[in-house]
Amino acid sequence: MAMYCLLKLAPLFLAVAVCNGWLFGDFVGKQKEQDEISLWPLPQKFQSSAVAFKLSPASFQIVHAKQSSAGPSCGLLENAFRRYFEYIFGDLKKPEKSRKKVYDSDLVELQVWVTSADPKCDDFPSLQTDESYELSIDEPSAVLKAANVWGALRGLETFSQLVYEDYYGVNNINKTDISDFPRFAHRGILLDSSRHFLPLKVILANLEAMAMNKFNVFHWHIVDDQSFPYMSRTFPELSQKGAYHPFTHVYTPSDVKMVIEFARMRGIRVIPEFDTPGHTESWGNGQLDLLTPCYSGSSPSGTFGPVNPILNSSYDFMTQFFKEISTVFPDAYIHLGGDEVDFRCWESNPDIQKFMAQQGFGTDYSKLESFYIQRLLDIVAATKKGYMVWQEVFDNGVKLKADTQIHVWKGRPQYQDEMGQVTAAGFRALLSTPWYLNRISYGQDWVNIYKADPQNFTGTDAQKKLVIGGEACLWGEYVDATNLTPRLWPRASAVAERLWSDKSVTDVGNAYNRLVQHRCRMVKRGIPAEPLFVGHCRQEYKGL
Amino acid sequence: MRLTALLPVRSCLLLVVVSVCVQQVHGVWPLPQQLHQSADRGCLSPQRFSFTYGRDSAAQTGCSVLDAAFKRYFSIIFPDFTKGSGLLMCENQSNRLSVKTGGCDGYPDEDSDESYNLSVSEGQAVLRSVTVWGALRGLESFSQLVYQDDYGSYFINKTEIVDFPRFAFRGLLLDTSRHYLPLHAILKTLDAMAYSKFNVFHWHIVDDPSFPYQSRTFPDLSNKGAFHPFTHIYTQSDVMRVIEHARMRGIRVVPEFDSPGHTQSWGKGQPGLLTPCYKGGVPSGSFGPVDPTIDTTYKFMESLLKEVKFVFPDSYVHLGGDEVSFACWQSNPNVRKFMEKMGFGKDFTKLESFYMESIMNMTAALNRTSIVWQDVFDYHERIPQDTVLEIWKGEKYQAELSRMTQAGHRVLLSAPWYINHISYGQDWRNSYAVQPQNFSGTEEQKKLVIGGEVAMWGEYVDATNLTPRLWPRACAAAERLWSNEEKTLNADLAFPRLEEFRCELLRRGIQAEPLFVGHCKHEYDGL
Repeated sequence: MAMYCLLKLAPLFLAVAVCNGWLFGDFVGKQKEQDEISLWPLPQKFQSSAVAFKLSPASFQIVHAKQSSAGPSCGLLENAFRRYFEYIFGDLKKPEKSRKKVYDSDLVELQVWVTSADPKCDDFPSLQTDESYELSIDEPSAVLKAANVWGALRGLETFSQLVYEDYYGVNNINKTDISDFPRFAHRGILLDSSRHFLPLKVILANLEAMAMNKFNVFHWHIVDDQSFPYMSRTFPELSQKGAYHPFTHVYTPSDVKMVIEFARMRGIRVIPEFDTPGHTESWGNGQLDLLTPCYSGSSPSGTFGPVNPILNSSYDFMTQFFKEISTVFPDAYIHLGGDEVDFRCWESNPDIQKFMAQQGFGTDYSKLESFYIQRLLDIVAATKKGYMVWQEVFDNGVKLKADTQIHVWKGRPQYQDEMGQVTAAGFRALLSTPWYLNRISYGQDWVNIYKADPQNFTGTDAQKKLVIGGEACLWGEYVDATNLTPRLWPRASAVAERLWSDKSVTDVGNAYNRLVQHRCRMVKRGIPAEPLFVGHCRQEYKGL
Repeated sequence: MRLTALLPVRSCLLLVVVSVCVQQVHGVWPLPQQLHQSADRGCLSPQRFSFTYGRDSAAQTGCSVLDAAFKRYFSIIFPDFTKGSGLLMCENQSNRLSVKTGGCDGYPDEDSDESYNLSVSEGQAVLRSVTVWGALRGLESFSQLVYQDDYGSYFINKTEIVDFPRFAFRGLLLDTSRHYLPLHAILKTLDAMAYSKFNVFHWHIVDDPSFPYQSRTFPDLSNKGAFHPFTHIYTQSDVMRVIEHARMRGIRVVPEFDSPGHTQSWGKGQPGLLTPCYKGGVPSGSFGPVDPTIDTTYKFMESLLKEVKFVFPDSYVHLGGDEVSFACWQSNPNVRKFMEKMGFGKDFTKLESFYMESIMNMTAALNRTSIVWQDVFDYHERIPQDTVLEIWKGEKYQAELSRMTQAGHRVLLSAPWYINHISYGQDWRNSYAVQPQNFSGTEEQKKLVIGGEVAMWGEYVDATNLTPRLWPRACAAAERLWSNEEKTLNADLAFPRLEEFRCELLRRGIQAEPLFVGHCKHEYDGL
């Protein structure tokens, strides 16, 4: 029957939760309803009192502050106001115009005050974006102050998390002061739409969930060996022949646009990954001669390997292709992959062998890989984009531009050592190794996800500063629309807090209690986030 | 009595040309006992297709189970019927679907004959079965045989099937106590069970964390023991709906009221039921298992079991009996006194056995067959002979099978099918490799294995992730329990058929997760 020992974990968590330290200050145990408040990820500075104000759906408003540089023409904020109003009050209609009497204890409005001259309403978020904000909840108005719309979005999320229902179903919010900013600038989620096609709806829902967790990068591993769903304007045959289905299993230019805009509205960058020279089987279907023909004995076997690095046509193709990519995706960075190149096919091919000899590479095929990557980097650099690459590119000693971001994913050597080496070489590093969320096991594996820290390696302060963040990866071998969302959430939330909150926020018991409620909040907002353990949500998932 | 249904199917003018190039043979999951398919195919027109009862059938229009099944399977077979193609170039052909049956208003039970014969030939499709339950199984197989070509036309190949289940008891356990499962999640699971030919829904309805069953006799049990007394309960009409939904699909509903352990939530609404634990000579305020030393406990259990008999029509009741922690009993002076009085010494397993024996006798007196977890047998050999034992402990379940069947008990196997346990990769292969009768014992002993159960315990599962975690992983056990083992031991051979079946589940609206890299023509369009 059910495993009894697992049940015993629950009281343990409850016990730990009692001593939740300075972060909650005088917040603990004053009022029962306050248990309902569960901020995730935890803000940097947080002070709250027991004084509570009511929020009436009929009169409460989210408005632009008078001094704000953003106004009604800022579509991004207007949309965010509506979205968060609905999160706070459910599916109620827009508030009716001014109720006659406002009770003393009511919070009548949240003023959103964008302070810098340019609110950035129509921009895209970037690695340099300032996401900090200050939130002050007091009667009669709460004030959210941020330099630009991106900080305002983060603050709106926090505000919505502060609101709780009391036993009479009335929305309350406590007198609170928050000053918040992210610990890392790059907080990403990788979704893989090649091993399984992910319908647009699923991608959008996950962007929604990302915003609830203050993630700010959607790393779109859009193509790979198995399929090529990206519909290219320049090379339409890539998806016509490389997708699982040329019409039902593709992302059209307008789909891609929609993803980018939906993400922008939530302060999320979209970084596409076009992984080469390996992981490109599906490219070969629509682009003849791009891949290396493998040989069996002295004749071609009919199978193909990585991109053929010895033909000029390969580089011509890449030049045109990345020219398109650099215009379709507005972000300053492109992920170029570069991982897991299998050398066997190159080894088998006599033309490649000849080329190796000519170049003086001997039998070291990593030199050939470097040769390819270096040319590719030049091509991409010419499009004025920065690039991210998987760690092998660094490991193989490819000459890289100083601002290249190295994405650490391997378990061996230990990722701590790799982070040390990458940063010692002066490159910026991103961590994913402990956050391969496609790997599942029985029980509360979020705890280990939560405990991993990207700066936990031996190195100088300067090295630590080169760590720009990390990404939770959900590779697609066993995941599609049927199970993606519950598998990702709330496990990815553990990564979200590690990347946003202060380094000292490591209390698993405290995190458990907040995360249980945060997952119920996601469920309430329509995200089928799976349970952490035995228990219930006031509003269970209504989908299926 | 006979039931015959007429199924007009028209052959396609394009048949000759097309069938040469396609020649696909469509699999059925779980694999029928005997299946012969040819490449010859006939074309089905949704506009002209109908299920009809035969003149010589026992059941006729008005047979609730089959009327509903015809309706259900029509839209399963022709999911885009509403769109209408109108492009079919078919000429009339008369196919007959004939079912022999009886007993439309009853419930499936342990003796239900689920066998059927299906013959799809040129102009003739005949389905014969002894009972409506067999007819349901045959309709399911029939629906899996129909496929669409690239132009959307429906086809079925010439096929002969002789089929019957290997085991009579093919169960699936859901746990509605550790997390509450909304009614629609349960109903959806029943739908998917029918697609895989499962026939028992083992409803682990209550346990330590919550008591969502709303009892007519003891309403306080759910009032105080559920996660929420209104939103997280199963009302009597909810339970009836589950039972009827299951009946329509030939599925039995066996409820489990697990005691004396796993009863924390019961104590909230039934004071005095649980054993007060002691610490240093005084009650500690916490409670242990059901108190087996006082009469009121047995009166309560008798009333509850009477209600269970009244509410749940199945002749089986699961009484639990697992994982009883003796620490609380040991701490309690009254329990110790009782032990002394009964001459149990310090052996608390005797006390547990004493309790279970009383409960099993009570159940027998109500004309119900008890199922208990293996712990009850492990502690106590003297168990009423007709009690069914369920094996759940992972290690050495083969040895346990030997011992239990040697003692002459009927056995259910669940240990290798705890599919709440997840791991990375294709773990369905482990479920598939299980051989329930592969233990040392006589032929007679082997026959005492009446089946098995897939268990989805609820610690980490609720409506958000239940369905993709269950399906298609549970399908592996479904085939093991239905099909001929010799023909289905190779997982690699089963893989493409299971992949296809998983896509079919998606098409039918079941959120079944992928087995590996790939795609379905019709992807899941929910979240």
